[in-house]
Amino acid sequence: MDKVIPSLEEAIADIKEGATIAIPGFFSAGVPRLLLRAIIAKGTKNLTLASGCGPLLGAHEELDMLVKNGQLKKVIDSYALYRSASKGMQHPFEQAVRAGEIELEVYPMGTLAEKYRAAGAGIAAFYTPTGVGTMVEDGISNIHKYQKKEKRVFNGREYILEVALKPDYAFIHAATGDSEGNLHYRRTARNFNHVMAMAARVTIAEVENLVEPGGLEPEHIHTPGVYVQRVVKVPRIEIKIGID
Amino acid sequence: MPKFEGLPRDMIALRASKEIEDGDYVNLGIGIPTLVSNWIEGRDIILQSEIGMLKTGPLCTEDDDVDQDLINASCQPVVMLPGASVFDISESFSMIRGGYMDVIMVGALQVSEKGDLAGWSNPARGLVVGNIGGSMDLCAGAKKLIVTMEHTTTEDEPKVLKELTYPATARGVVNLIITDLAVIEVTPKGLVLKEIYPGLTPEDIQSVTEPKLIIAPDLKEIEF
Repeated sequence: MDKVIPSLEEAIADIKEGATIAIPGFFSAGVPRLLLRAIIAKGTKNLTLASGCGPLLGAHEELDMLVKNGQLKKVIDSYALYRSASKGMQHPFEQAVRAGEIELEVYPMGTLAEKYRAAGAGIAAFYTPTGVGTMVEDGISNIHKYQKKEKRVFNGREYILEVALKPDYAFIHAATGDSEGNLHYRRTARNFNHVMAMAARVTIAEVENLVEPGGLEPEHIHTPGVYVQRVVKVPRIEIKIGID
Repeated sequence: MPKFEGLPRDMIALRASKEIEDGDYVNLGIGIPTLVSNWIEGRDIILQSEIGMLKTGPLCTEDDDVDQDLINASCQPVVMLPGASVFDISESFSMIRGGYMDVIMVGALQVSEKGDLAGWSNPARGLVVGNIGGSMDLCAGAKKLIVTMEHTTTEDEPKVLKELTYPATARGVVNLIITDLAVIEVTPKGLVLKEIYPGLTPEDIQSVTEPKLIIAPDLKEIEF
């Protein structure tokens, strides 16, 4: 079963306007930068990017291009803004959020992780204690007012009902993949990659090393190929660590 | 509001480090909590990082090879200690939310006398949205939650309040507040002043703290 696509362009060719794409990465680590650059080159508009912990702060040059091209409708994240308020004011993404041109919907990080995992695991929704007694109960967005989340008491403690998040596509970054879509991540670059690969309807993985089936030890496979539809070989690029 | 000179940030961190016992699994938040790691080197304490790592080591120095695939939750290059493990994000938040961390230390913008904590959103920024990160999950799963912060804002306003005025991170979760001026325990009866910066009086601390403080019978100077 060969899932290798010869180019990034072909791997994303069917992505249409209005698609929701999961973007993994924890700040600078594990971000699918080359797939992001391919969607920038393609110019697809009205996108919702569903992330987990600031991959677009880590890949801020790519974010600036997406904003400049007017490709973003919405971003879902737990940490999408510069820490420094004064630096944030200069940031095209935050300016667009302030102007109401891009929606930013915010969740606690662990809730996002579970929303993706649940989507991949066939779970419609789950009760979590995270966010009880906070604005999370009402949903946090700069544009939309969402329906208040259902609460329920288990063993004397309150929990919030959160629903699964199933993106149309996931862009994945892995250190090594085989041609059948089995993936291995390095160090802390794993972060959201596995749960997002599980969650999406179509998962596209960029891999720094492409090997034949058998080239990865079965015990070293973090994401089994069943979750991955397309694999593209990319070069390992040097990235700058750090956010402002 | 009066203004008092107290401990520098690294000394708040040193005092906070005394709350961690050998054998503890600990998650340290951004800000003063990060400085706590400087005071526990060589002790039998395991640091967890939200990004998906146990036994997170110190920040990379000039002698270390920086690995772009190895950062902590503050996006700084780090090294791993022998016995470290890395895992995915849902595993990471399972151990946080699931209550496997013995001690969690966070910074705060405000703390209330009921143990409510505000830290993710400063209304002065003029945005409804903000950076929650892992803070709410850390509070939800904490066995022992310690806040380290300056006692007052840069405008000398109190940060220890009767009720939060900023958006809450979590309610009724804080166990201990360690500031540059005092160590205060959150109890069902109210805030108990346990330790105090040398040279200050309980009245001094009360004058920069909104809720009424209960003075501990064994009140002492801050101990290291």
